[in-house]
Amino acid sequence: MATEHAEQTAQWTKKDLLGLRHLTPEEITLVLHTAASFRDISLRPIKKVPALRGKTIVNLFFEPSTRTRTSFELAAKRLSADIVNIAAAGSSLSKGETVLDTVRNLEAMKVDVLVVRHAAAGVPHLIAQHAASSVINAGDGAHEHPTQALLDLFTMHEKKGRVTGLQVSIIGDIAHSRVARSNIWGLTKLGARVTLCGPPTLIPPHVEQLGQGGVRVTHQLEEAIRGADVLMLLRIQHERQEAQLVPSLREFRLHYGITRERLASAKPDVLIMHPGPVNRGVELDSDVADGPYSVILDQVTNGLAVRMAVLYLVSGASRGDHEAAD
Amino acid sequence: MKLLIKGGHVVDPANRRDGRTDILIDRGKIVDVHASILADGAKTIDASGKLVTPGFVDLHTHLREPGREDKETIETGARAALRGGFTTVCAMPNTTPAIDQRGTVDLVHREAERLGLVTVKVVGAITRGRAGNELTDFAELFDAGCVALSDDGSAVANGFLMRRALEYAKLFGRPLIQHAEEPTLFANGVMNEGLVSTTLGLRGIPGESESVMVARDIALAELTGGWVHVAHLSSAKSVEMIRQAKRRDVRVTAEVTPHHLALTEEAIGEFDTRAKVNPPLRAEEDRQALIEGLRDGTIDCIATDHAPHTDWEKEADFDSAPFGISGLETALGVCAHTLIAPKLLTWPQLIERLAVNPARIAGIEAGTLNIGAWADVAIIDPNATWTVEPKHFSSKGRHTPFAGRQLPAAVVTALHHGAEAGR
Ligand SMILES: [Zn+2]
Repeated sequence: MATEHAEQTAQWTKKDLLGLRHLTPEEITLVLHTAASFRDISLRPIKKVPALRGKTIVNLFFEPSTRTRTSFELAAKRLSADIVNIAAAGSSLSKGETVLDTVRNLEAMKVDVLVVRHAAAGVPHLIAQHAASSVINAGDGAHEHPTQALLDLFTMHEKKGRVTGLQVSIIGDIAHSRVARSNIWGLTKLGARVTLCGPPTLIPPHVEQLGQGGVRVTHQLEEAIRGADVLMLLRIQHERQEAQLVPSLREFRLHYGITRERLASAKPDVLIMHPGPVNRGVELDSDVADGPYSVILDQVTNGLAVRMAVLYLVSGASRGDHEAAD
Repeated sequence: MKLLIKGGHVVDPANRRDGRTDILIDRGKIVDVHASILADGAKTIDASGKLVTPGFVDLHTHLREPGREDKETIETGARAALRGGFTTVCAMPNTTPAIDQRGTVDLVHREAERLGLVTVKVVGAITRGRAGNELTDFAELFDAGCVALSDDGSAVANGFLMRRALEYAKLFGRPLIQHAEEPTLFANGVMNEGLVSTTLGLRGIPGESESVMVARDIALAELTGGWVHVAHLSSAKSVEMIRQAKRRDVRVTAEVTPHHLALTEEAIGEFDTRAKVNPPLRAEEDRQALIEGLRDGTIDCIATDHAPHTDWEKEADFDSAPFGISGLETALGVCAHTLIAPKLLTWPQLIERLAVNPARIAGIEAGTLNIGAWADVAIIDPNATWTVEPKHFSSKGRHTPFAGRQLPAAVVTALHHGAEAGR
């Protein structure tokens, strides 16, 4: 894949993938490039390569997420790794066993990669500090969801041929969104400009200061739509209404929901993206979610390739066996 | 047995002493303070090159006993206090059970007296079980020796109850120590609300969670004539409100911790639970305002909020880890680094805030080197540098954001009632 950083000089040297905040543009580009080389595997009749044969990967999900878990599971299987799914208790502290107890038990069984999802921010970082295995953050609280942002970048690049210079509007609950944060880091590092849009209750303080001046905030949806190459919608959780962050989901839709009428002022080639699952009739109307601008299912497809790339890179496979990636 | 501290530089702000002086101790009490004392047969401590100060008084210590002896005991806490130069600590009542009746106060006093390591004063609870619903028996608690009352760990959220508590406490002339936090604005936050919380995706606690409660309590102190002492101040707005209230002669006093003077929210870095404290470490403007408040007397004293926890609790994700750090053994070094080295305070000014003023607020005879007083003394090497190594702490709490930091000014030894630390 030809990216802005066409010279493929970066090498993956990190044990873990915890977030996009500390990745260089070159490292991000390396993941995207690797993902491009893996994408075609899923189109073959035999959807499997031996790249990670003999490696053991654990999906350690303290918070349920069928989509992300399945995507990592399939990615691992297509690389011929062994994968185990573990649904751990939400707050293990209350049950007497700590997160680190769980990890020490797994490590005693000699695993190679831990894919960690947790409702609390920072858990993958905590585990990475104590574990010899590589740790991939599969979403931690409202902090980061790096593989989601990487698949978003991959999809934008696939559809637009570039990420640099794109105007990307992220709309909805920015304050509680790990997807928004990872995308802010990733997009600005690759030279895109980000507009965040939502009511003041869902915009966290000083968020403009993230992403080296490439981020602006508006509370007016029209401003977020006008001129945008990509509209990225975030799911509004029902709990936000209970916490009085939005008076009602109906009111949210009235002010911030993407309807077909509102898309009339959008660029003719605008992309509609959503990390899923879509709250139909709230942040996104059904006819838009299923309409011609929507690339929501492409995101899912690309998620598999991106996760294969990430598993491959953190496993250190790129430093030895190149047979699958080239 | 007489003990002579010879050749030290005595810093005793209560007696306006700041220079080379000898101190003679007999049967635990100070019997002579003089430029040069000759005492045949006395055991001599050579204090040349050292500072000799009153032992420090901590208004805000969590000893965890009874109930959480895995975190700290009165003994380990008392040993940590001595290592830090503190000869008196005021034990906070958020134990299990809460210290809300005479029996529990007596239990703490008895254990402390059995150990004889430092003086332990007790802060009783304002409400039964610290539940915020019904007042404790104030007269019984003060009669048992409590120096103040507090529901620390949480605020007295009910304004009506706080008003009655302040009115009733006037009978005893003692302060109510308020953990100033408006619980609905606190909103289960885990760190200061700002750029760092946004970056890390952690729930923020706005400074207003504190300042709104400080404003309410100032109003109630003004209404009732009662005395409110604000614990562990953290925000610039709170400091300014207390400054204005003091100008109106409202009966309000306040304390600040060494860590709030030294650090900002940046200390959290990438989810470092060793910087998770309540109130949270705030922004640089807040830190500067706290230092200025301490300099100009708006903030009366320094208190450690020593809050030890076990490893398994603190080595958790940031949301689940408990608030609080071990503070007794680093307090002097952190204050010397933050206040003395940059010449924001002189040694006499620092000792006033570590010993004299907290003793005055607690209403106890301590914090001075008066002739006739108990010989509670700290001997400090002002020129030492040392590295914070939590594994060598006397406290069971081994969590501090200062771990590995080089700090100036080491406590060489502390005498409690004339006896040397740990002997
Ligand atoms: Zn407190």
